[in-house]
Amino acid sequence: MVPAPRQWLWWVAAVNWGRGVAVASLITMDDLSNEDILAVLDDAERLLPVARGQAYLPLLQGKLLGNLFFEPSTRTRMSFETAMKRLGGDVINLGDVSSSSLVKGETLYDTIRMVDGYVDIIAMRHPRQGAAQYASDSAEVPILNGGDGAGHHPTQTLLDLFTIRQAHGTIEGLNVALVGDLRFGRTVHSLSHALVRLGCSLTLVSPDSLRMPSEIIDDLQALGATIIQSEDLAVAIPSADVIYMTRIQKERFPDEDEYQRVAGVFKLAAADLAPAKGGMIVMHPLPRVDEIAPDVDATVHARYFEQAFNGVVTRMALICRLLDIAVPAVPDAGTSTDSGGES
Amino acid sequence: MPSEMSMRRVTAINNGTVIDHIPAGCAITVLKMLGVDGGRATPVTLAMNVPSEKMGLKDIVKIEDREISQSDLDKLALVAPEASVSIIRAYSVAEKLQVNLGEDVVNVAACTFANCASHGPREPLPHRLVVHGRDPLQLRCHYCGREQDMDSIVDNLL
Ligand SMILES: [Zn+2]
Repeated sequence: MVPAPRQWLWWVAAVNWGRGVAVASLITMDDLSNEDILAVLDDAERLLPVARGQAYLPLLQGKLLGNLFFEPSTRTRMSFETAMKRLGGDVINLGDVSSSSLVKGETLYDTIRMVDGYVDIIAMRHPRQGAAQYASDSAEVPILNGGDGAGHHPTQTLLDLFTIRQAHGTIEGLNVALVGDLRFGRTVHSLSHALVRLGCSLTLVSPDSLRMPSEIIDDLQALGATIIQSEDLAVAIPSADVIYMTRIQKERFPDEDEYQRVAGVFKLAAADLAPAKGGMIVMHPLPRVDEIAPDVDATVHARYFEQAFNGVVTRMALICRLLDIAVPAVPDAGTSTDSGGES
Repeated sequence: MPSEMSMRRVTAINNGTVIDHIPAGCAITVLKMLGVDGGRATPVTLAMNVPSEKMGLKDIVKIEDREISQSDLDKLALVAPEASVSIIRAYSVAEKLQVNLGEDVVNVAACTFANCASHGPREPLPHRLVVHGRDPLQLRCHYCGREQDMDSIVDNLL
């Protein structure tokens, strides 16, 4: 049962006292300690029934999020919007940038200063690396980095971590296989850091030309990581607790033949999963092309659709955190510890 | 004393700046950084690969009739963090300056990563490189986080 709205209003008002205090942004995963990460995941778990529409918790009533997308990403933008609205907040969308003043030579600084006056928090994506930090230095409201060029995408990392913990109950000690384009894929770069920080061992499976950059591997090993590198997906399957597939983009290859030869090796079909552990999960940041065959969808291993949905709860938890709003236990939720498998 | 000896390798100057303890091979970069080129009317003396107790080999630069400024020193920190700088007036050392490399290098050089957000035209925030390691000097851009290419950073001086 959800408490009377008035109770929540009082509570929200009490917590939101004093806008204008210096606020933290989320630009990279380094902005969060391990304890912070786990606290966000705990908050997200509590918010699952709210994200599913089974409970109403207007923690963000009266709050406005500015969606500032300098390059299109419908799914990330929608996920922020859903997160805000599920918690009773509202959203203004300031992209589609191509048709706005943003391309007419306005500086990022000026754009941010303008939007800053309108909203309580900004979610942004930008084609240039460092744009989120630049915006954060320009703004008074917190910035949530939804991807900056080849840089960071921490909300993706958090939803990935949430999905892994939801399936396994823990993150520490797991063996995670990251598969596909490990060279250019920013998703796997920040995810690999976070996994290592939280005590996972990694198996990096990629074609030779798309290996994880050596400076990232050095960083990971400096953190004490156990890392195995391989070009053969099949050998990674039996020992993996998580297989994280990514897309290999055609543009990365000089010609079609080379692409076909390489990409064919990094495809997963249901039959390939026979030697996998029962609890192993298959993840993918989506959209997929053909690296995961449709017949995997029906297996117990497939988790990529829940993973996408988990973007909503983790973003809900993050927005609350950046706005300094505590997430209470959702009364009578009854579903806060389930596996999320019903959605 | 060895440093005295090395100093004598090049002619003494009347007024100007002596920059000692430049890493061997970096003297030309230092001159480039300070904007000293062939267009000057006054002498510039350069000694390269001079034996040094402290550094093994070092370079020395003497610039006649120019006293370098604090902002010059900030630039110098990027290639010659160990440099000792003497301002010479009437053939004697009037001032000794130390190159000081803080935690941040602000508005000295722009990020060497081409797709960094700090490169936008007319963007007003300062260029900020964060010192990540000192020996050898490693810088990372405050905005994009990229490790700076120390070979091309001279081309990005502001
Ligand atoms: Zn940069």
